[in-house]
Amino acid sequence: MFTQQIINGLTMGSIYALIALGYTMVYGILRIVNFAHGDIFMMGTFFGLLLTQKFRFPFPLALILAAIFTALLGMLVERVAYRALRLSDRLVLLISALGVSIFLSNFAQLVWGTETHPFPSGLSVKSFQVGTVTLSNIQVYILILSCLLMIALHVFVHKTKMGVAMRATSHSINNARLMGINTDSIISMTFAVGSILAAVAGILVGIYYDAVYPTMGYTAGLKAFTAAVLGGIGNIPGAMLGGVVLGVVESLGAAYISSGYRDAFAFGIMIIVLIFRPSGLLGKKQQEKV
Amino acid sequence: MLKVENLVVHYGVIPALKGISLEVKEKEIVCLIGANGAGKTTTLNTISGLKKPTSGGIYFQDKLLNNLPAHEIVKLGISQVPEGRGVFPNLSVVENLHLGAYLRKDKSAIEQDLKWVYEIFPRLEERKNQLAGTLSGGEQQMLAIGRALMARPKLMLMDEPSMGLAPIVVEEIFRIIKFLNKEQGTTILLIEQNAQMALAVSHRGYVIETGEIVVSGTAQELKANDEIKKAYLGL
Ligand SMILES: Nc1ncnc2c1ncn2[C@@H]1O[C@H](COP(=O)(O)OP(=O)(O)OP(=O)(O)O)[C@@H](O)[C@H]1O
Ligand SMILES: [Mg+2]
Repeated sequence: MFTQQIINGLTMGSIYALIALGYTMVYGILRIVNFAHGDIFMMGTFFGLLLTQKFRFPFPLALILAAIFTALLGMLVERVAYRALRLSDRLVLLISALGVSIFLSNFAQLVWGTETHPFPSGLSVKSFQVGTVTLSNIQVYILILSCLLMIALHVFVHKTKMGVAMRATSHSINNARLMGINTDSIISMTFAVGSILAAVAGILVGIYYDAVYPTMGYTAGLKAFTAAVLGGIGNIPGAMLGGVVLGVVESLGAAYISSGYRDAFAFGIMIIVLIFRPSGLLGKKQQEKV
Repeated sequence: MLKVENLVVHYGVIPALKGISLEVKEKEIVCLIGANGAGKTTTLNTISGLKKPTSGGIYFQDKLLNNLPAHEIVKLGISQVPEGRGVFPNLSVVENLHLGAYLRKDKSAIEQDLKWVYEIFPRLEERKNQLAGTLSGGEQQMLAIGRALMARPKLMLMDEPSMGLAPIVVEEIFRIIKFLNKEQGTTILLIEQNAQMALAVSHRGYVIETGEIVVSGTAQELKANDEIKKAYLGL
């Protein structure tokens, strides 16, 4: 039962981690919380549903196309809602973000209705027994795919010229511009990458629970944001760790204490960590250079 | 090479530059001297495209820079060594240096220049895999200069390279500035509060006070100017 809960926790945890990465990367660069990110995640899931159901694309192709559309949506959101306001007060950006969030979830309700849609992926669900643990093939896909994506992200951020430019931009936009970096396109790309991860997470979780609905971005977004804060917002490995810790704690808490308090465990662990480490698990203390 | 004409720059409604004009000719070191808040950094950042001017013109090799984005200005050959060095503390020394060559595509020439920068600053090679944030102030300044050199700039803008450094390190930095100009023919616009050092290496200079150029001339003339002696050289 314990191992089972750990596995279930890891599954949801890696979903949270994928979404949390989008929050943390955007925060790292712009120092804003992209409150529309949960809704971008939801839109990505609907794109996936649409492509597999309406257009009958094979699943891997649908996944890739949905990720691309979601990336474009993320870039559009940055362009429309944030770029012109970048130098404004944080509060103005927050209001703009909430506006986008409300717009997207209402848009989804208008187009797809308020009901919950099943997500038949075409993958036949198989469960298999490993010792005392029951694993479904979907869980295995989620774990493998999110692992691969996180490794890819790590390589991108550390080994490519664009990744280095992104880290430079996240330290100082002006100094990055002095290197000749077009920071507007780096910011745009950051939104694109975060949105791709969110779309994949959304489609995977949509299949896992066989459910897609317009408000799915709220809870998942809130949990993932919690994961990002837990790991240290702005810190990429932190978001991965935060997601996994959150998933596992939630799963264990729900199994051993009470499943009614699942969300309370998630937020509880964040509060406890922040009391002892205000900058999160892997977050560094903000140090100003003189 | 660089001509600034009647440049006016505001922060909100407050003017920081009230119509300054200056010129840097090829292979010159020109210094811009002024006290805190005089508008030195504002001048450089406007040239670099980080700040938009209210009016006036900035010309580089007869091309108007006013409305170009910062990265286009770097591409034209203007690199800045920013105030407070502006190294990326979260990146390694070699990553910082490579960022200096961000817009260049000539891979083998970049690697050659990297070697050349390491020759000028052997300390940087020893620490190439270290995070820039762990370097000392002097080393960070060397990194900032080396990083600007990696762009192979036609014009280098340096914002108070002596700030916060021990006298011996300042000497070293100025020796390198002189070397770059003499041996490499690098054109430099140097901003300093340390007028003594700045005038010692420069060909010409300008003095800026609250957003206006008040005196200009050759380094010799400025060193001999009584007001400058009193206000900036502490004589
Ligand atoms: N971001 C800003 N917002 C508002 N005012 C600013 C800003 N940056 C500079 N100023 C103002 O513009 C004027 C010129 O500042 P600037 O930084 O150019 O001076 P400086 O000569 O570089 O000074 P220092 O030697 O201290 O670096 C100052 O009065 C300063 O207060
Ligand atoms: Mg300054």
